[in-house]
This record gives sequence, structure tokens and C-alpha cells, in this order.
Amino acid sequence: MENDLNLKATELRLGLPGSDEPERQMTPRPNKRTLSDIVSEGSRSTTEEDHQDNAPPAKVQIVGWPPVRSYRKNCLQGKKDEVEGGTGMYVKVSVDGAPYLRKIDLKVYRSYPQLLLALENMFKLTIGAYSEREGYNGSNYAPTYEDRDGDWMLVGDVPWEMFISSCKRLRIMKGSEARGLGCV
Amino acid sequence: MQKEMAYSFPDEVLKHVFSFIQSDKDRNAVSLVCKSWYEIERWCRRKVFIGNCYAVSPRMVIRRFPEVRSIELKGKPHFADFNLVPDGWGGYVLQWIAEMAGAYPWLGEIRLKRMVVTDESLELIAKSFKNFKVLVLFSCEGFSTDGLAAIAASCKNLRELDLRESEVDDLSGHWLAQFPETCTSLVSLNISCLGSDEVSFSALERLVDRCPNLRSLQLNRAVTLDKIANILRRAPQLVDFGTGNYAAELQPDVFSNLAGAFSSCKELKSLSGFWDVVPAYLPALYSICPRLTSLNLSYATIQSPDLIKLVSHCPRLQRLLVLDYVEDSGLEELASSCKDLQELRVFPSDPFGVEPNVSLTEQGLVAVSLGCPKLQSVLYFCRRMSNAALVTIAQNCPNLTRFRLCIIEPKTPDYLTLEPLDAGFGAIVEHCKDLRRLSLSGLLTDHVFEYIGTYGKKLEMLSVAFAGDSDLGLHHVLSGCESLRKLEIRDCPFGDKALLANAAKLETMRSLWMSSCAVSFGACKLLGQKMPKLNVEVIDETEPPDSRPESYPVDKLYIYRSVAGPRFDMPPFVWSMDEAVKILH
Repeated sequence: MENDLNLKATELRLGLPGSDEPERQMTPRPNKRTLSDIVSEGSRSTTEEDHQDNAPPAKVQIVGWPPVRSYRKNCLQGKKDEVEGGTGMYVKVSVDGAPYLRKIDLKVYRSYPQLLLALENMFKLTIGAYSEREGYNGSNYAPTYEDRDGDWMLVGDVPWEMFISSCKRLRIMKGSEARGLGCV
Repeated sequence: MQKEMAYSFPDEVLKHVFSFIQSDKDRNAVSLVCKSWYEIERWCRRKVFIGNCYAVSPRMVIRRFPEVRSIELKGKPHFADFNLVPDGWGGYVLQWIAEMAGAYPWLGEIRLKRMVVTDESLELIAKSFKNFKVLVLFSCEGFSTDGLAAIAASCKNLRELDLRESEVDDLSGHWLAQFPETCTSLVSLNISCLGSDEVSFSALERLVDRCPNLRSLQLNRAVTLDKIANILRRAPQLVDFGTGNYAAELQPDVFSNLAGAFSSCKELKSLSGFWDVVPAYLPALYSICPRLTSLNLSYATIQSPDLIKLVSHCPRLQRLLVLDYVEDSGLEELASSCKDLQELRVFPSDPFGVEPNVSLTEQGLVAVSLGCPKLQSVLYFCRRMSNAALVTIAQNCPNLTRFRLCIIEPKTPDYLTLEPLDAGFGAIVEHCKDLRRLSLSGLLTDHVFEYIGTYGKKLEMLSVAFAGDSDLGLHHVLSGCESLRKLEIRDCPFGDKALLANAAKLETMRSLWMSSCAVSFGACKLLGQKMPKLNVEVIDETEPPDSRPESYPVDKLYIYRSVAGPRFDMPPFVWSMDEAVKILH
């Protein structure tokens, strides 16, 4: 525990923008503090024991270990959650005004309410409920999707199964554009 | 004396003879025979390979070899693949392109690995070289589809465009449509790294249609299974094909269309891609399996039974890349079905999981070593190993040239005896006399390095992590491995002594990488001072190394030989130990 405090005090989490912050914890700052231990013979085990005592119960990732390239890691993310070794259905989700895109696996959801709740949680916004007549009236946001034909549709207009098989990507629109949708 | 030599063989004859000598090593040897041979050879050298772009400057290359048509450059050190080299470190190709644009108007081939390539560089290539034929960007980054559009539009006789494993900023899929209708020369196109859902498929189809010499095509993940048949029917002459997504709901007509399309490809020998596989579609490949020599299923999250079924149809397989879902049982089947196997790579499906998620152990590799006598190249991720298994593998496969073992948990001992794996790896280097590349893992003491120094006489590249006890380990390697070119070390207790004692050795190598070791800043400075032909670079992202005592270890160290002197494109977190540069930095 003492060492946890030390780690935090030396700001091990700082790194260049884009570096994985949790992973930085495993940089060998403990090694640096016991430099003489490392260099002299036989003391390596001392450093290791210290290390193990200090290691948190959960597995801490070491930077660059195991040596697997990032594009391989990206391919495997999300696979663990799947029951069968089948396919994921990843679509990009953009939110007007947000600088980054997210990707979600549509197969994980079973219904529109589930999907909308996930989007609300992911982007910290309120979409509300869909109604056939008024769309997402009352909300500042309207979730839309691009279908196979390249047309932009309001999420909820078609049955869920049809949506799943035709949705290519999602865009959560904002503001007056959003409020205009759904008013057929 | 030289004049007499010149009269005995006119230059044209020598030039003609030299034109049959393609290998760099041989060319270099030729150039050392005498001054006139050096002169003749340098004027007719057409291909240059530069293993470290900072070892020499563009100007020097151009000055010595004025008539180059093909160049290959490598940039970042190998550990950059695992995020150990910070962004912005270097490896920029622009300066090279700019200087070659003026000097080599007939440059036709550029092959780059781990370099930063901007759209500006690509546009410059497109503008400058009228006879441009081959562009290979292997693990590169820094460019977007805009740069690709420039290449596509301008390079009238483009033969090869290979973007394998590069990071491309996908702005638009329309770049493919930039290939003019008159472009019919493509032989190889690899866009597997592109993420875009918008790769213009119709443009791709038209391109494939009009390129009758297309032999190698790797699609990206966004291309769906139903599109494969279309492409294959347009290019039945393909030898090497990478699918996109291999998943769809099983539909009989789609299946039979796909199977038919594959069977019409009589030359197809190599398959890859296979993202998101639905196993029910694998039998569509059965007609070509008997001819397959290379299969990359390393993205396919299919389970062992399906893998076994597929592999058992491929008796001619020489190269297999697969996830550890193959399990020991799958590798046993591989060993009995694929007697021609030369290369095996098994990747981890769950590299960060604590518990094993699949039944893949050392047994699988032992089985392959037993059943596949031609095995030469191994990359194997697993969670346990024993000395006994390694000894068995070494004895079964004395022809191994590349052996890379990654036991996922650092410092894992022999699971049977709880001893270090020194003896096992020792057996590998002792029995495999042609071993050129070795990656170590597991619990290892200085002894393993003693074996490596004693037996690893042909070893060219060694990767070490979390191993060794003292400087003696490093000393064994540096003093014993005569052929060593690249050494990369992380998280090992190696310090100043071995490095300084073997400083001269470093000039015979391409490069040395050491991170999270115990080399002091003082030693780095000393090396920089004493060895002018070495660039000694210290990388530290948190604070300048001279803000701490000299005895403090540096975070990361990259040493490479160079005739170009220290580089001038270092970012703020890289410090050169060269005396002159230090003052100015």
C-alpha cells in the first residue's frame, strides 16, 4: 500500500498524449529507486519480491508485453464477450460536435431501448424514447443511421431485425437538425 | 597495375558480368576487389538496401550510386511494433524522397519498413518518378488515402502497391477510382490494412477487370463475403488472395457461388484475410486446399475442430499462421497432415488474460517438430514450457533458422521442474546450427547467454526480455555471437560493464536497443565520446537525462552504427550522446 502511494506521488501515469496510461504503471521506476540492488549480484530476487508484494491483485499490463502488435490486439477486442465464435457487427458511431468516433457491436443488443441506453451511457447524453409520430421529439439528439442503400434513416423506423441487417453506421445528430427529424 | 587490369577486361564486359550479381553482399564484395571494380560496380548498381535509414545520408548514397532504380529503407527499431518507441521518434522518408527526386529520375521501386510517410512524400513520389512501378509500405504510418490517390492517379505503369500492416488515415474510399482507365499493369495490390467501409468496391472491380497480370490481391476487412466471388471471377489467375470479412448468414446460393469462384482459380496458392469467419463457409475453400502452400488464419477466431478440418485438406501447406484456438489437438493434426510445413506462427487469442483460455501448451509445438521435418521458422505464443520439450524440439528440428518463443507470463520457469529454461534454449542454439533469429522468454539466468555466445555463431538477431542476472549475460552475447547484427533487450539487469567492454563490437552490428535495463547515463556519454562511428541515443520522455546523476540508468537506449553522424531530426525526448550535438541541443 505504501508503494501504491509512492507510485502515485511520482506521477507514473503521466505519459505523452496517446500513451496508455494504465500501462505506464509498470515502467521500472521501482527498479530505478533500487539501482544498486539491480547492479550488484544476487539482489535481483529482492527487487522481484518487492515487486510481487506491491503488485495489485489484478493483472497489471506491461508496456509492449506480450509482444503483440496493436492491429492484432484490435482484432481480438470484443471477441471474449461473444458466446459463439461468430461475427461481431461493428459500426462506427459519431456524435455531432464530438471529436472522436466510437465503434459498437450491434450484435450485443437485442432491442432499440437497449441500444439507445448504451448510446446514452457511452456519450453522456439523453436521447429519450422513440415514438412513431414524433420521433425523438423532446430531445436535443436524434440517432440516425446509414443503411445499405446509403440513405440516412431515423433509428427506430424499421423493425429491429431489419435495422441490424442494414445499418452501416450511426450518427447522433444534434440541435435543430435533430429536432426536425421524425416529424413526418 | 590498375591500368594493366583495365586492359585485360573492358569495362563493358565487367559491367555485364556484374549485372548477374544481384545480392547486396556479393556486390559489396565485388566493390572491394580493387578501385576500378569499385568504380564500375557503383555505376551499375541498380538496387540499394539500407537497413537503417540513419546509418547513411541520402546524399552519400546518391554520390556513390548514381544510377539506382530500386531502394529499400528501414526506419524505426523493431520494438516500435510493441509501442516501446514513442511517437515522433523519427524515421521520416521525406528527405530521402526529396533528394532522390532530383538524383534518380528513373527510380522505379521504393520499399519502406517502419517509416513515417506523409501525403507530401507520396505526392512527391507521384510527381517525380515517371517510371514508378513498385511501392511497398510495410508497417508505415503518417499518410492518408489522399496520398494514395496521388499515387494511383499519376503512376501510369504501377505494378505493385502494397500497404501491408500500415496505419492509413482513411479519409475516403474514392482513391481507388483514381487509377486511370489506362492503368492495366497492376500485378500486386494489398489494401488489407485499410479500415474504411468506403473502399469503392465498384472501382476495385473495374481495376481488377482491366489488370490481367494481377497475381496478388489482399482486400480489407470491410469487403463482405458475398463480394469475393465477383472479384475471383474477374481474376482467376490470382496466386495470392486475401479475403475481407469471411462472415455471412449461411445461404446455399452464396455458398455455391463462392465455392465455384474459388475452384476456378487454378493458380491460387496462398490465402489470408479471414476476419470474422463463419465456419460453415470454410468448405467453399476445399477445392483449392490441395494446392495451398500458405494460409494466414491469424485473425480467424474459429475453434480447433474447424481448423483441423480445414488444415487436413491442405497437404502441401508450407506456411501456417493461426491463433491459439488451434490448440494442441489442432497442431497434432497439422503435424500428421502437412509434412511440407516450413513456417508456423501461433498467435495468442487472449494475450492479456491471466488464465489460459485455450488448451495450447508446449505439446502442440513438440508434435509439429516431430511430424514436420522441414520446419524452419517458428513463432509461438504459449503459457507454459519445459526444458525437456525444448530439447526435443531442438533435436527434431536441427534446421531451424528462426525460433521465437513467447511464454506470456514473464519469468515463467520450466513448469515441470520449476528450473530456469536455460538448458532448453541452450539445446536450441546448440542443435540448430543455422539459427539466424532467436527470441527468448521465460525464466532465464546468465547461463542461457553463455550457451548463446558459445553456439550461436550464425545468430543475426536476438530478442531478450526479463532475463539474465548480471552483465555477464550481455558480455557472453556480445563477445560470442560473431554474426550478430541486431540485439534488442528490455527489462534485463544489464549495465555498463558489458557494454563498455564490448564497445567495438557495436560497430560490427546494425543496432542495439536496450530499455528498462541498468545502463547509466555516464556510460552512454562515454560511448558517445569514444565511438564516433556510433550514434548513441538516449530516449527519455519524462525528463532530460542530464538532470539526474550520471550513475542513474537511462530509460531507453538505441545505439547504431552510422557514417552519417548524428541525426538532426531528433524530437525533444531523444538525446544524442555525440559530443558536438550535445553542446548544441
